[in-house]
Amino acid sequence: MSMNNQGRPTRAVGAATSGAASTFTGNKALQIEEGLIFEIGHFAETGVDLPEPEGVESRLGDLARSSEIGLPGLSEPETMRHYVRLSQKNYAIDMGPFPLGSCTMKHNPRLNEKVARLPGFADLHPLAPQDSVQGALEVIDTLAHWLKELTGMPAVAMSPKAGAHGELCGMMAIKAAIDARGEAGVRTRVLAPESAHGTNPATAVQCGFSVDGIPADDTGRVDLAALKEKLGPDVAGIMVTNPNTCGLFERDIKAIADAVHEAGGYFYCDGANFNAIAGKVKPGDLGIDAMHINLHKTFSTPHGGGGPGSGPTVLSDALAPFAPAPFVVKDDARYHLVESRAAAKEEGEAASSIGRLTAFHGQFGMFTRALSYMMSHGVDGVAQAAEDAVLNANYVQARLKTEMTAAFDGYCMHEALFDDRFLKETGVETVDFAKAMIDEGYHPMTMYFPLVVHGAMLIEPTESESLRELDQFCDALIHLAKKAKAEGPDAFKAAPIHAPRRRLDETAAARKPVLRWTPERPPQAAE
Amino acid sequence: MLGVIGAHKIDDLFADVPADALNADFDLPDHMGEMAVERALGAMAAKNRAAGAGPFFVGGGAYKHHVPATVDHIIQRSEFLTAYTPYQPEVAQGTLQYLFEFQTQVAALTGMDVANCSMYDGSTGCGEAALMARRITKRIKAVVSGGLHPQYAAVTRTNLELVGGQVDCAPIDPGAKEDLAAQIDDDTACVIVQNPDVFGNVRDLAPIAKAAQAKGALLIAVVTEAVSFGAVKSPGEMGADIVVAEGQSIGNPLGFGGPYVGLFATRQKYVRQMPGRLCGETVDAEGKRGFVLTLSTREQHIRRDKATSNICTNAGLCSLAFTIHMTLLGEAGLRRLATLNHQAACKTADALSAVNGVAVLNQRYFNEFTLRLPKKADDVVAALAEDGVLAGVPGGRLWPDDPQAENLLIVAATECVSDEDIRTFTLKLREALQ
Repeated sequence: MSMNNQGRPTRAVGAATSGAASTFTGNKALQIEEGLIFEIGHFAETGVDLPEPEGVESRLGDLARSSEIGLPGLSEPETMRHYVRLSQKNYAIDMGPFPLGSCTMKHNPRLNEKVARLPGFADLHPLAPQDSVQGALEVIDTLAHWLKELTGMPAVAMSPKAGAHGELCGMMAIKAAIDARGEAGVRTRVLAPESAHGTNPATAVQCGFSVDGIPADDTGRVDLAALKEKLGPDVAGIMVTNPNTCGLFERDIKAIADAVHEAGGYFYCDGANFNAIAGKVKPGDLGIDAMHINLHKTFSTPHGGGGPGSGPTVLSDALAPFAPAPFVVKDDARYHLVESRAAAKEEGEAASSIGRLTAFHGQFGMFTRALSYMMSHGVDGVAQAAEDAVLNANYVQARLKTEMTAAFDGYCMHEALFDDRFLKETGVETVDFAKAMIDEGYHPMTMYFPLVVHGAMLIEPTESESLRELDQFCDALIHLAKKAKAEGPDAFKAAPIHAPRRRLDETAAARKPVLRWTPERPPQAAE
Repeated sequence: MLGVIGAHKIDDLFADVPADALNADFDLPDHMGEMAVERALGAMAAKNRAAGAGPFFVGGGAYKHHVPATVDHIIQRSEFLTAYTPYQPEVAQGTLQYLFEFQTQVAALTGMDVANCSMYDGSTGCGEAALMARRITKRIKAVVSGGLHPQYAAVTRTNLELVGGQVDCAPIDPGAKEDLAAQIDDDTACVIVQNPDVFGNVRDLAPIAKAAQAKGALLIAVVTEAVSFGAVKSPGEMGADIVVAEGQSIGNPLGFGGPYVGLFATRQKYVRQMPGRLCGETVDAEGKRGFVLTLSTREQHIRRDKATSNICTNAGLCSLAFTIHMTLLGEAGLRRLATLNHQAACKTADALSAVNGVAVLNQRYFNEFTLRLPKKADDVVAALAEDGVLAGVPGGRLWPDDPQAENLLIVAATECVSDEDIRTFTLKLREALQ
């Protein structure tokens, strides 16, 4: 296998050799080096035993593919080994704590996986006749009921494919409502805290709005006075995460909602942190107009290495008429799917629908998993999950704040935010501290987010961690903090040394992107 | 734990919540045991008729294919299933390497230079492609073929109109006879054509690619049946600038419409205008090859309001299923699979066209074709469903407002269709039309 034959800079700052003896194979016991399928595969072989074709004459004419595609194949045992070896280079929730703040890496119950694979759910076509899919429509309707009830909101759009897609849905509904009021082109500004997720401003812009930042007060919450100053007749609405990205509940949430409504705007709540309050608080009681719910966070559908997500979006009475197609309606004992704008109009519901956000009906496979989680936990269990998540985060905050610096005083919600003051003059930076955690067997916390805190470290333990696991984790972080203060940066700058790879050169990757394998050297992107 | 925290009770930790909103009442049931949940959800599943329960010919953007058992086993490995987005590359090389392999496979299949590591699905990819064309050309209009899946067209309209764009949809075109060249003008950012189209026609994209590019517009090719890449000339070979595809057919179940996996590929020169995540090769501090997410200066978590898209996730696990299945198939397997699909469709079309009053509208097709029936296809599909045959997608389902579509039935036949299925379908169709 050829490696590093590109003459790239190969040393990160302070990187020393790991000190471990090298092996003939490059493997390190259980860590097996694995080539790309293009290096180990065969172009004439297949691992699938399909029947021999009968030789029917092609009806593709001159549009048949004659050129070589360039796809290697592996036999079944080779395939299994390739992906198992790759899997062993990944960290995962099932291996240990995954304390990524804002990401909610909780345990993924396997019952959910089992249920989602029932043929009556998995082997179901989205365009099959509706009489043949009544059970699937019942799943959608039942999940919708749970989401509406848990949030205290009257309507929910089920089709958004992920959290950011749900944001788009909610902000589109707000835009449509403003247009319907005859204020198109007048209300063009959206307010969002400086601590907001990056998706918030990106979504607002995708809807044609401009974005105006709201500063935080010194307790880490929206500065209500500053917000009020920014409100005006050109404001379409506000996007606020609650609990916010500092892990704090917005105490003034009702006042915020009132002020925005009084100014003629709408309140979009980013529901990324709903898991802190689910079963305890109905966001509808706080005055919001729209909120997406990440089923892959709060309701435990697996993150899958970056998707698929699912982002159903609840809507207030003011926004419900603009809900996207499709949606499920129940009359007598029969469910039916309303699939087009015109049909929605006839239905009277969603009479001014924003249209369609995706083909078909949303992430159904995530609906079955989330519903399985909800039914297993019940509303009592959902509330307890929120309480335990908040308890665990506060425990971590209380134990760590002796050696690390908490960004704000007081209790937190489901995640604890630290800044890098405790690393001052150690020469160790947040990223070094995070990489040293890898060598201790932990996935790093979210770092450098939210942006309002210097060198931020955002830790979300979730309810899934036991006290024993939390104590081990805290012991390890306290050890690292003391070590940074006592010994300085050298060991930290070299970390990680025990992971499948040392620090990777991300600058070189972006400067000359190599985005695919090619037999010769890959093409270079335009600078 | 409360003692360490310095609180007396749990609700002390919720003190910032307005008191009248805390501990709300919910009209929801309490917890249930694993057995009871399985029973309750199993009962809902049992009310559905699975595709595998009988002769099945439904397509229209989602296809029933056989998925090797190896695929589902691997994607359930904890290290793939319960990992996060690979932002910490030192402990995510497994995910990153398969994404790099996935990107290479997608680029090869589509005949393009580069591919990203997936979109939510084909339809949202189509909307994003139209937005990308708008960014590149600084023009506002999309010209949409009458052969594009109407739900894809609707998503594109939703995306473009939101930012003041304009969508010109051609009338439905079951015979693949339209000429879109006349509709391309100086405001046209892109022309969007599906191939094979929603009626199953295989189209030559080269003339429309030339016509679009001559006026400074881009050709976006949409593919909803990824198995067709094994039989049909690639969009790249025919001159497409952006290719979006639904990858469900490879490795992923029908799943009532999602989650699926969108494939997105383009020319090298447009790579920095692409939406979504990209995985790139680099080296680590010891010089060993490794992979990272790259060009993130296009993305929302860095660029915020200047991002190319608000997308934050991709279809991670579905792209893993895709790439495992494609690796098992290899070039030889994919070509054979495509041939088996084409063969099933040819046999089905021949059998059905022998039924009185039924006409096959397609000249060239891959594994899907359109019938014109002597009566409303909705009614025919309902009658055949009673007899256990899921016959296809009736035109009225996809174009409820277009009377021209009423008698059209879109029929898909994959490798899962047996000769016996074709005989049963033919027999039942003959009965239904009598």
